[in-house]
Amino acid sequence: MPTMSEQILSRVAGRPVRAGDVVTANVDLVMVHDSLAPGIIRILHQELGAERVWDPQRVAVVIDHVAPAASVQTAEKQQEVRRWVRTQGIPNLFDVGRGISHPVLVEEGLAQPGMLILGSDSHSTAYGCVGAFGSGMGSTDIALALATGKTWLRVPETIVVRARGTFGFGVGPKDLALRAARLLRADGATYAAIEWHGVEQLSVMERMTLATLSIEMGAKAGIISPAGLDLTGPLVPTVDADAQYQTVVEIDLGQLEPQVSAPHYVDNVADLSDLGRVAVDVVYLGTCTNGHYEDMAVAAQILAGRRLAPGVRMIVVPASAQALQRAASDGTLATLLAAGATIGTPGCGACIGRHMGVLAPGEVCLFTGNRNFRGRMGSPEAQIYLASPAVAAATALTGYLTDPRTVMDGQPVVSQ
Amino acid sequence: MARVWLFGPDINTDQIVPGRYAPYMLKDESELRRYPFIEHRPDFAPNVRPGDIIVAGKNFGCGSSREYAPLALRMVGVGAIIAPLFARIFFRNALNLGIPCFTADLTSELADGDEVELDLEQGRITTSDGRVIHLPPPPLFLREVWAAGGIVPFYRQYGRFPGEVA
Repeated sequence: MPTMSEQILSRVAGRPVRAGDVVTANVDLVMVHDSLAPGIIRILHQELGAERVWDPQRVAVVIDHVAPAASVQTAEKQQEVRRWVRTQGIPNLFDVGRGISHPVLVEEGLAQPGMLILGSDSHSTAYGCVGAFGSGMGSTDIALALATGKTWLRVPETIVVRARGTFGFGVGPKDLALRAARLLRADGATYAAIEWHGVEQLSVMERMTLATLSIEMGAKAGIISPAGLDLTGPLVPTVDADAQYQTVVEIDLGQLEPQVSAPHYVDNVADLSDLGRVAVDVVYLGTCTNGHYEDMAVAAQILAGRRLAPGVRMIVVPASAQALQRAASDGTLATLLAAGATIGTPGCGACIGRHMGVLAPGEVCLFTGNRNFRGRMGSPEAQIYLASPAVAAATALTGYLTDPRTVMDGQPVVSQ
Repeated sequence: MARVWLFGPDINTDQIVPGRYAPYMLKDESELRRYPFIEHRPDFAPNVRPGDIIVAGKNFGCGSSREYAPLALRMVGVGAIIAPLFARIFFRNALNLGIPCFTADLTSELADGDEVELDLEQGRITTSDGRVIHLPPPPLFLREVWAAGGIVPFYRQYGRFPGEVA
């Protein structure tokens, strides 16, 4: 029986395919974001000579990378993208404030199990959280998919990350994903897909933490079976006992310590307890990896009734408007604000170093995102540490890298 | 002669062109040619010559999907990139833009600043002291895209994707 990638790619190729085959496949959904849309539109019309996208219903355009616009240039380019969306008759435009493309397409029900979804963003592996084959591609590949409804790819081999047991107190999906990056390294899944097994207990957005970090190990897709979830789609991929895998990596959740990725590489991961005292200027909670409702709730649980350490800024950028609304309606947002955190417009925030809290030389940031490359969030002289929302909140309370288990009151921190 | 520009492993696309220098952020997009390795290696863009070769360690081009990273390298005329392993999206983007990429580890055979001759047809590098290094031939479906000058001319010429039976 096939891997989940083989199941999905056989469907969209219209024939049974196996790892190693080079296939032309029908694309179910193409996501385009503001940062690259102007270039993609130019390639589509001027280089490929296509007048229309192949199917406006199967295109989603999201303004999330610089939202709201930070300069006249970005405002003008967003204006151009909105005009193009109208001209093409694309019904799915998600404008400033709706949130990051990946959670938004899941919330809107556009990303479904069994689909092949291409995005102009490398973290499009995110759609694996609903059992889709999501993959990031560059502007020319995306323009070709918009013109033809097709793409070509090599069916990937599969690496399994198999979680066993349950998360201990203060430890969650981000720690699992960073542990996997520590074991597989930044190139360990290049040209392959990752299947995450043993994570049925996680919510869809917690699964997105795993799926988005799959690209940081080089993966073409990062898929979790949606079996058992109330989701419908063209195909529900399932884990097959006889599937052929390239490698299986086992991680015991019960033994897992809080993991931290230190500057300047995502796979430079250590147990938090081995990093010593690291003073932090900014705690940044957000992104498609860890800006979800669940992540704000974990942080609020730790920050409830307390204040940020003097001199620490905490910036929270919800991954989507829905996450923000939910946090506003149940008191999570009020708790974060009372602790001294501030809130940004749902979207990518400072993850790409363009606006909403870029870093100065010498500043140290504890970030719940997915990349700590030098210069990623602003100055190349800044330091970015990646960790879970629980570590972020604990660090905001003390002003230095802190194990959440030392500041919590005994309640389980992972939402179910 | 082409100059060798040597880079280490895990060069990410933020190092090739930081997101802050994306065409999205620029008044004039042709400025992009000034920005390859602007922070990682500021001597690159002012001194690189058309035809020069990037020789790098494993996982070259990891990180974001930004095609403007290889586009900036094409704008300054990079003739080929040679690394033992390329990140997947970067490799596709470079292929699509017609930049030849060879999968080989030459980081210990060539030094930064070496002057070499690259014969793309033969997949052969000749160093100034006469050493000959053979590059592994890429699969046919990649060679046919390079031959066309990138994926757009390939698609316009053949009306199909690489690897698909004509």
